[in-house]
Amino acid sequence: MMAVTVAAIVLQRNLFSVVVLAGVYSFLMATVLVALDAVDVAMTEASVGAGISTVLLLGALYLCGGEEAKPLSRPWVPLAVTLVIVGALVYGTLGLSAFSDPQAPIHTHVVPRYLGQALAETGVPNVVTAVLASYRGYDTLGETVVVFTAGIGVIALLRRLRRKGGSK
Amino acid sequence: MKREPVLRVVGKLLIPYMLVFALYVQFHGDYGPGGGFQAGVITAAAVIFYALIFGLPAARRLVPEALVETLVAAGAFLYIAVGFVGLALGGNYLDYFVLDPDPVAGQHRGIFWVEIGVLVTVSGVMLKVFYMFAGRGRGS
Amino acid sequence: MSAFASHYTYWITVLLMAAGLFIVVARGNLVKKLIGLSIFQTSVYLLYIAPGKLIGGTAPILSAAFKVYSNPLPHVLILTAIVVGIATLALGLAIVVRIREAYGSIEEDEIVAADRASGDRA
Repeated sequence: MMAVTVAAIVLQRNLFSVVVLAGVYSFLMATVLVALDAVDVAMTEASVGAGISTVLLLGALYLCGGEEAKPLSRPWVPLAVTLVIVGALVYGTLGLSAFSDPQAPIHTHVVPRYLGQALAETGVPNVVTAVLASYRGYDTLGETVVVFTAGIGVIALLRRLRRKGGSK
Repeated sequence: MKREPVLRVVGKLLIPYMLVFALYVQFHGDYGPGGGFQAGVITAAAVIFYALIFGLPAARRLVPEALVETLVAAGAFLYIAVGFVGLALGGNYLDYFVLDPDPVAGQHRGIFWVEIGVLVTVSGVMLKVFYMFAGRGRGS
Repeated sequence: MSAFASHYTYWITVLLMAAGLFIVVARGNLVKKLIGLSIFQTSVYLLYIAPGKLIGGTAPILSAAFKVYSNPLPHVLILTAIVVGIATLALGLAIVVRIREAYGSIEEDEIVAADRASGDRA
């Protein structure tokens, strides 16, 4: 279903329907994430991707116009480049660990300590929140500053200065 | 849109629940999925919903631009301040165990305030960006 | 064929990555490029979270009833990545709005042609 949605996004030219399809894709991705046991991530992806992202895209479409122009030439070169990259990536992923392998490196380095000690050291049962806010608090500080910077950037780009003789 | 009775009634029923749900997600982030980001986005979505139904000027009266701009900065400032409190009480920057005689309770306090900082900044930024896009107006 | 059974999650990721990359490279409309970029980003989320899943495990919320948990570390990284992605999208859309006001169009071909017609100032 996600493949069908993405194919429709590639081929559609009416941008309003593309935005709605992107919201559908985001909800499907959130469902897949729940199936992969990533409940925090699924909630964030659903609210951010299908909620705020759709609102912002519709706001931008309101200001920019909603139809994509017909491409002038068939995109053979980009298609060829994409297929070459797909081939290289598939070959590369053959060297990665198998799906759901308990001995994969991702499970054996620092995660057993987080899973074992999170409740005793922080008293918070949700390990994702404990790691996010306490063990890796610096990263969350950086992320908050990034969100703040994005807000400042949008204010700087879209602010209308009140000057004598008209706005910018 | 504010003349449509169905939208008005549904909006007035749903918006308080959306805000309460955002607070629930924020404070139960310790025991279930949730936390600052999701709660911030849901709060912004509730105010955007209000703006969609009742119009942008009504939303601007309810949540003024100056308040939103203050919220954008206040959340990041709160997060940084929690770090400095840890520094002042004897630990390193962003140490939580010094915030309370019992280290685990100190962790709870630190996580609580830090998530509030994240909530404030994320909801402020999302709402401010929406205000900027919606208030731009087409042409000149 | 056993390579397929154990690696199919990566190949789904590669497929989505290819779709996002194709939209960014082959389409000229700036808003559509940004949507393609966000599709590419969601495929990277899958790339990180799929290896963390343990079949028979549960969500990483500690409780006495469960013994095996899926890996929480990718969840943390991807939470940050999602929020940074939306910040990037907001800034990108603001720039697209300004481009539209300056050039009158958001199609890449028309913008490049307008730049060439008014002389290369770069």
